Amino acid sequence: MNQEQFNDRNVSDDGYLKVDIADYPTTPWGRFKRVVDRTFKLELFVGLWVVLREMIKFDIHTVKYPEEKMPIGPRYRAVHEMKRLWESDTERCIGCGLCEKICISNCIKMDTKIDENSRKEVSEYTINLGRCIFCGYCAEVCPELAIVHGGEYENASDQREHFVDFAQMLTPIDTMKEGKQLEFEGFGAITPHEDERVKKTPLAY
Amino acid sequence: METAYLIETVIKIVIILLVFSALAGFGTYFERKILAFMSRRLGPMNVGPYGLLQIAADGIKLFTKEDIIPTNVVGRIFKIAPVITAATAFMAAAAIPFLPAFTIGSYEVNPIVSDINIGILYILGVMGIGLYGPLLGGMASANKFSLLSAARSAAVFISYEVVTGLSILAPIMIVGSLSLIDFNNYQATHGWLVFSQPVAFILFWIAAFAETGRTPFHLVANDHEIIDGFGTEYSGMRWGLFFIGEYANMFFISFVIPLLFLGGFGDGSVMGAFAFLGKMAFFFFFFLWTRAAWPDVRPDQLMMLCWKILMPIAVINIVITGIVMM
Repeated sequence: MNQEQFNDRNVSDDGYLKVDIADYPTTPWGRFKRVVDRTFKLELFVGLWVVLREMIKFDIHTVKYPEEKMPIGPRYRAVHEMKRLWESDTERCIGCGLCEKICISNCIKMDTKIDENSRKEVSEYTINLGRCIFCGYCAEVCPELAIVHGGEYENASDQREHFVDFAQMLTPIDTMKEGKQLEFEGFGAITPHEDERVKKTPLAY
Repeated sequence: METAYLIETVIKIVIILLVFSALAGFGTYFERKILAFMSRRLGPMNVGPYGLLQIAADGIKLFTKEDIIPTNVVGRIFKIAPVITAATAFMAAAAIPFLPAFTIGSYEVNPIVSDINIGILYILGVMGIGLYGPLLGGMASANKFSLLSAARSAAVFISYEVVTGLSILAPIMIVGSLSLIDFNNYQATHGWLVFSQPVAFILFWIAAFAETGRTPFHLVANDHEIIDGFGTEYSGMRWGLFFIGEYANMFFISFVIPLLFLGGFGDGSVMGAFAFLGKMAFFFFFFLWTRAAWPDVRPDQLMMLCWKILMPIAVINIVITGIVMM
């Protein structure tokens, strides 16, 4: 593949629209001509027409925020969510601790124990949102797609802890039962059509 | 007769005060809405239907805010300055006929407080005194930005008084009177003055922007250079008075320009009255329109425009008018 277009760093050669601005006049005659030009070309009225046109078109771009919201991308990284397994409705987190390890701002703290079925269970899981930089590493590293980023960007509350309690982050069981858990499409999540692209591991050799 | 005249005058004064104080409030609403529409926004929408009660919210805010008199200001002058701005703006209204004369029952009402024979001179003079609001307010504020604004306002007002006065001189020579009613009646019979005095019309219109301190010449209180200029240290209703003065001035100038050049209310019919209000509305709208479209000029450009361009044109206009009239 030809790499030339990627190696060419001289971006100013093309792709920029050059605005046609005449040089400043240096002679008095040139200045006079500019004054006459500006006076009789009626440039001021061009500006007036532009704003009046926009007013008449009435193409309002305002989003009335609390009532209307802009759609956010599926890869948006806001407050974390914990997902549940589709098969059993139990939480996906296996307590491997990778997110705690990879977290570059050291904001994830977790504690695990062995439960009565000899399975590893998460007993404590907190994210200090005051330190979190929403880099998305935890979601990327999670082998079970358990911790992901959600779309909840309205972080106003009495206490930060209201967002980062494990129970708060976990998909509510009612939502899960209705089958309405939304999968995260961002960093670390499986991409669509992954089934078609997956190759068998060549165990033969 | 005397008592009737007295009562009538007092009622007219009260009506003008109330109507134009309210209109000044609505002026801010119109300004926000129109500027918003022109920049594809919605403007105030939350207080009342379509944000109509925003004026009430602003009024309550202004009236209940603490009236701060900062340390180091010259207290008395600081306190009186906004009153000067508002008062002179409303005093100028005394010589403006707002509508043609009409009759209630058999009593004839002239919607002008006093038809003095030096009407236009009085209006220009009182609006000129309005300079003392920004000037004293800015100088008393103990704030460098306010001081700059005071200096600018003095320069701008005095310079553009010259343009206003000279540009209006030629129409005055034609009409032969300073009364706005005479101007109106002259145009009802002889045709609009804008056709015989287009140069004077444009000069007066340009100068009106400087007199009211509106956008192309808004350097008296340029937010991006000198914060709010003379209004920086003011809070609450004192600041509100500056605002009322500015918007009342805009309304009165919008009444004066059609009266002087665009036929006023014509022959005094109902249609003429509505046409007059329509013209007034256009000039007020134009004040807001330019604010959305045009950038501000620098102070030196403003002075250059006044003394090197507008004033010579005005003088030439007078000379030519004089020669033609001879």
